[in-house]
Amino acid sequence: MAEMELKSVRKAYGRVEVLRDIDLTIGDGEFVVLVGPSGCGKSTLLRMIAGLEPITGGEFSIGGRCMNDVAPRDRDIAMVFQSYALYPHMSVERNMGFSMEIRREPTARRKGPVAEAAKTLGLDRLLDRFPKALSGGQRQRVAMGRAIVRDPKAFLFDEPLSNLDAALRVEMRLEIARLHQRLGSTMVYVTHDQVEAMTLADRIVVLNAGDIQQVGTPLDLYERPENLFVAQFIGSPNMNVMDAAPGQGGLILGSGAVLAGPEDARHVGIRPEHIEIVEGGGDVTAEAQVVERLGSDTNIYTEVKDIGPLLVRVSGNIALSPGDKVHLRFPPGKVHFFDAGGRAIRAARDKVQ
Amino acid sequence: MAARTRNAPVLSAGKYLAVAFYVAFALFPLYWLLKIALTPERLIYSDGTALWPSTVTLDNFRTVIFASDFLGYFGNSVIVSLTTAAATSMIAAAAGYAFSRFAFRGKRWVVVLMLLTQMFPLLMIIAPIYKIVASLGMLNSLTSLIVVYTAFNIPFATFLMQSFFDGIPKDLEEAAMIDGCTRFQALRKVILPLTLPGLAATLGFVFTAAWSELLFALMLINSNDAMTFPVGLLTFVSKFSVDWGQMMAAGVLALIPSCLFFLFIQRYLVQGLTSGAVKG
Repeated sequence: MAEMELKSVRKAYGRVEVLRDIDLTIGDGEFVVLVGPSGCGKSTLLRMIAGLEPITGGEFSIGGRCMNDVAPRDRDIAMVFQSYALYPHMSVERNMGFSMEIRREPTARRKGPVAEAAKTLGLDRLLDRFPKALSGGQRQRVAMGRAIVRDPKAFLFDEPLSNLDAALRVEMRLEIARLHQRLGSTMVYVTHDQVEAMTLADRIVVLNAGDIQQVGTPLDLYERPENLFVAQFIGSPNMNVMDAAPGQGGLILGSGAVLAGPEDARHVGIRPEHIEIVEGGGDVTAEAQVVERLGSDTNIYTEVKDIGPLLVRVSGNIALSPGDKVHLRFPPGKVHFFDAGGRAIRAARDKVQ
Repeated sequence: MAARTRNAPVLSAGKYLAVAFYVAFALFPLYWLLKIALTPERLIYSDGTALWPSTVTLDNFRTVIFASDFLGYFGNSVIVSLTTAAATSMIAAAAGYAFSRFAFRGKRWVVVLMLLTQMFPLLMIIAPIYKIVASLGMLNSLTSLIVVYTAFNIPFATFLMQSFFDGIPKDLEEAAMIDGCTRFQALRKVILPLTLPGLAATLGFVFTAAWSELLFALMLINSNDAMTFPVGLLTFVSKFSVDWGQMMAAGVLALIPSCLFFLFIQRYLVQGLTSGAVKG
């Protein structure tokens, strides 16, 4: 069993609190992604799980056993570093089999697992090379191979793809997803890239400034963000947020448009892909400023008088050029409401019940 | 474009000329040393500044090796320099690792104190050192030299080693520790092999410093048995004459161990051993 449990875990450097009261349970075999902007404490949290960073307060356990004072080597985990951290003076083969070498497994016994991991990662021809003779993607694979050969209870990934180019990143992302399907091990993955988070995770943990903002499945976070931060962090392009004030008939936007919604809402959010372009009427009228044609989609950067910029994304191609006036409709079920403190209003009601 | 191609040979010839001039300039004293060592005693003054000796002889070397105490001095120097280099490098490596990897209370003060020791001219502290060594009854012993040299070389060697450790990514140790190493195992199996160039540089630096040190050796050693080679060289200066030929021959011989030592460590001085560890 590799269930991990964090109970009000804290981290502070001197008086600076980096993480506050983190409560999180990671199920056996679950793929959890820690995501957040840089400096939010996600890497620190991962390093605490790995045992590379002491835990200031609270309790962390793996499989029910308290790990607070257990050395990294005894936690039975493997980690893939952002920098790959390959041993430069060892061949690929020795790099991958290093954990077995440390366990004093005889050379003959090491061959099997190393060869098997190398085969699945397409490294079988590179076993005699040294890290400096490998490309970035190959180094990344060796780092993953080393983790696989370690045969741990849990894998930790610290922004493993951020040094790769875009095409390779997509490829390795797939590789990691396959690895998780094949091994079924617990995996904790840190990234600042929300696309990686959405595609890989069983559950996403959104962190900001040392606090957990929300924990949920990718679709949960997309459809039911609990606060403004999560709403704007998850989803690409970002959610549009407009200020609102209570008034006659519902909520009044800056432009004077009226929307039906809870009266304590101060912010209204709608995702670019949910805004509809209509022939006439609609909720607001906007002027298109920049039109990006991606082929599959079109991004229209618009400006609404007294509201500000609004991004609209429509599927396929549409005939529109900068300067055109468009009527936009916000479908009622797709609009998110947030109170003055930025908390989602639906979430607040759920709590009351 | 055409002008550049026409200029290129001239330019590179100029570059080589400049390098050749520098090399000649730097090596000339060594050549002069060798030249005088090979000149027969009676011709040293008559040959004067002629660039080439009129007669070549090995007499000076023969005298130095077989008819003087030079081999004894030489042996003393080897013992002192090797022991100092080994002891200093070991301590400096440990201290440098600690400075590079750990945050601990008083670290800044230790660094400041170590820097402070490097600020005094040796002449200022030579008297107190003499007093200390004398009252310990260690005058005229090689041990006193080893202890003093080690103490004086540790600060610089520590900073040197620290910079080499700083150059090795922390991720490597952490990866090793996750792979199942204790911190010591990670140090031995991953960090140490990567620090070999740094260790070699430190060994070489301390060895040469100890090999050519004169001031302390002169103060702390009086007996012929414990003299190191720089002090021994002075015995060629007598009250009424200087045995230039023999002195130079001894000097040439003294270069040999230094050369051998660097020949031995030069393969570790090759740079770029850590390349490929992390995304660079």
